[in-house]
Amino acid sequence: MAHRIDPSCRYSKSHEWIRVTDEFGYIGISDYAQQQLSDIVYVEVPEVGDSFTQSEVFGVIESVKAATDCYLPVAGEIVEVNQDLEDTPELVNKDPYGDGWLVRIAIEDLGELDTLMSPQAYETFVKRVQAEAEH
Amino acid sequence: MSEAIIYELSAPGRCAAHLPRLDVPAAEPLPDALLRSELELPEVSESDLVRHYVRLSQLNYAVDIGMYPLGSCTMKYNPKVHEDIARLAGFAEVHPYLPEELSQGCLQLMFALQQYLAAITGFEAVSLQPAAGAQGELSGVLMIRAYHRARGDTARTRMLIPDTAHGTNPASTVMVGLEMVQVSSDARGNIDLNDLSAKLDDTIAGMMLTNPNTLGLFDEHILEVTRLVHASGGLIYGDGANLNALMGIAKPAELGFDVMHLNLHKTFSTPHGGGGPGSGPVAARADLAQFLPGPIVTAHEAVYSALSGEALDIDADDPVADAPQYMRSLMCRLEMPEHSIGRIKSFYGQFGILVRAYTYIRMLGEEGLRATSEAAVLAANYIQASLRDTLPLPYDRLCMHECVFEGRVNGAEDIHALDISKRMIDYGIHPPTNYFPLVVPEALMIEPTETESKRSLDAFIQIVKAITEEAKKEPELLRTAPHRAPVGRLDEVQAARKLILRWQPEP
Repeated sequence: MAHRIDPSCRYSKSHEWIRVTDEFGYIGISDYAQQQLSDIVYVEVPEVGDSFTQSEVFGVIESVKAATDCYLPVAGEIVEVNQDLEDTPELVNKDPYGDGWLVRIAIEDLGELDTLMSPQAYETFVKRVQAEAEH
Repeated sequence: MSEAIIYELSAPGRCAAHLPRLDVPAAEPLPDALLRSELELPEVSESDLVRHYVRLSQLNYAVDIGMYPLGSCTMKYNPKVHEDIARLAGFAEVHPYLPEELSQGCLQLMFALQQYLAAITGFEAVSLQPAAGAQGELSGVLMIRAYHRARGDTARTRMLIPDTAHGTNPASTVMVGLEMVQVSSDARGNIDLNDLSAKLDDTIAGMMLTNPNTLGLFDEHILEVTRLVHASGGLIYGDGANLNALMGIAKPAELGFDVMHLNLHKTFSTPHGGGGPGSGPVAARADLAQFLPGPIVTAHEAVYSALSGEALDIDADDPVADAPQYMRSLMCRLEMPEHSIGRIKSFYGQFGILVRAYTYIRMLGEEGLRATSEAAVLAANYIQASLRDTLPLPYDRLCMHECVFEGRVNGAEDIHALDISKRMIDYGIHPPTNYFPLVVPEALMIEPTETESKRSLDAFIQIVKAITEEAKKEPELLRTAPHRAPVGRLDEVQAARKLILRWQPEP
């Protein structure tokens, strides 16, 4: 199935994206990730003020198939969470790069962004993951 | 579905029991403060009530109706002799507050069951307390934590869990306050030894292992896995969900497991599913037995009066040795293990279920249990071999008691495991477990169990083949299935998103 990649984001290997403005970043999961999860029924996000290290679990997404942890792409403190997901978790399916964002963080170390993939690199990464799944 | 719910059958004043006229003085009515008026209890006659539930039971599917190949759940047939034994008055009508002296028959049954389960698994001691597999798991993880704490080692706060594990494993870990660390599987479905080695250090409390795992595969490096974890100071927890493949063939204790739970409602054929109740005894090696949840049953040789049958309290150094043989017998007691994690269930576990599991073991014996596991493995391999060319098989090697396919059909790309599963309902069989284990995309996990005959396995295989043909020719038939069930395709997404837990009257 075709999936979209937002050119304004950077990506982690666990399929989260981050869109950075100054030292803040919106975080969500990629279109590919939401397709894999299928219909999302519940999103658990942290509290504002919580801090996480890079790759630490900050939330859980539950779909009809499975519950999956979400990993923070770079270390930071949660400054805002997407309250709309409580009643309408399907926003993550409908608009993963927009209204379906999960949290907004104050980034601790902008240098960590260099460890993430560019949109082009992520596209290649997903192709490789798909090829492996097909054996 | 045509059946109304019981509240809709209710009519004011209708009643299922008519009591005779009161012939004793009426008691004071309950004070108003203790009465609740908000409970909308249904008012129905006895015949309304019985017909309602009989009709519902006829809409249900059960292992007494047909094949139930629900992977990892071991939905084997439950022999009816278990029910006969469990209904014997001495077992069915015993009161949990009876003193030990008057419960010797029940306690001896529990003691014997503890011994049997220890013999089957190779462990030293067993607690029958846990009321479910997940509760047994929680007990085991608490025991592992207690073991490390007793040694003064408080740094071990993390638990290794394979990516194929049952979801209860991480849940038990987190409930105990430990952190879970995932270990990858390799290309053959074994634990990835490199990944395991990289994650072992002195913060690891242990590892939770299911063997055979949820791919239905026996780990080819099991001895190396348990050796590595032990070498780093961790313990191995065994998830006994898949013991049905091993009885009489391999003992988990000899494979390096330290503590494990067993599911009597799976392996030992006690009722399963909605009714249950479940039972998840925990077994442990000698030095962990002191932490078992309690009480557990211990047996002591005692001297009984030859006349009254009562236990004698004889004032002698060794009364048993001095007594003649005909006056000696076993006296069973309930005891808390020395450093027990405590009670995790009221009274003594699910006693009625223990009676059924005991009966199962006694009916089969050592040879019968081994034959059970062999037949379970043979049945799963027969299905795997017969459907290898029909559905993608991600791990193509000898399986144990279950096999895992991908629910994908070449030439019908839009068909998913869910569609195949729902279509099976139309053919009169319960669908297999789907979308689990998570490492297999579109997983269909099939566990036929030993109680299916070759004829019923062949029928299942033909049904799967017929469905994959339908997928290519009439995919809509699958996508909208089931068509011959009391209800059609349910909106599972809507049900999960807009959870309504109880019926409420129309405003």
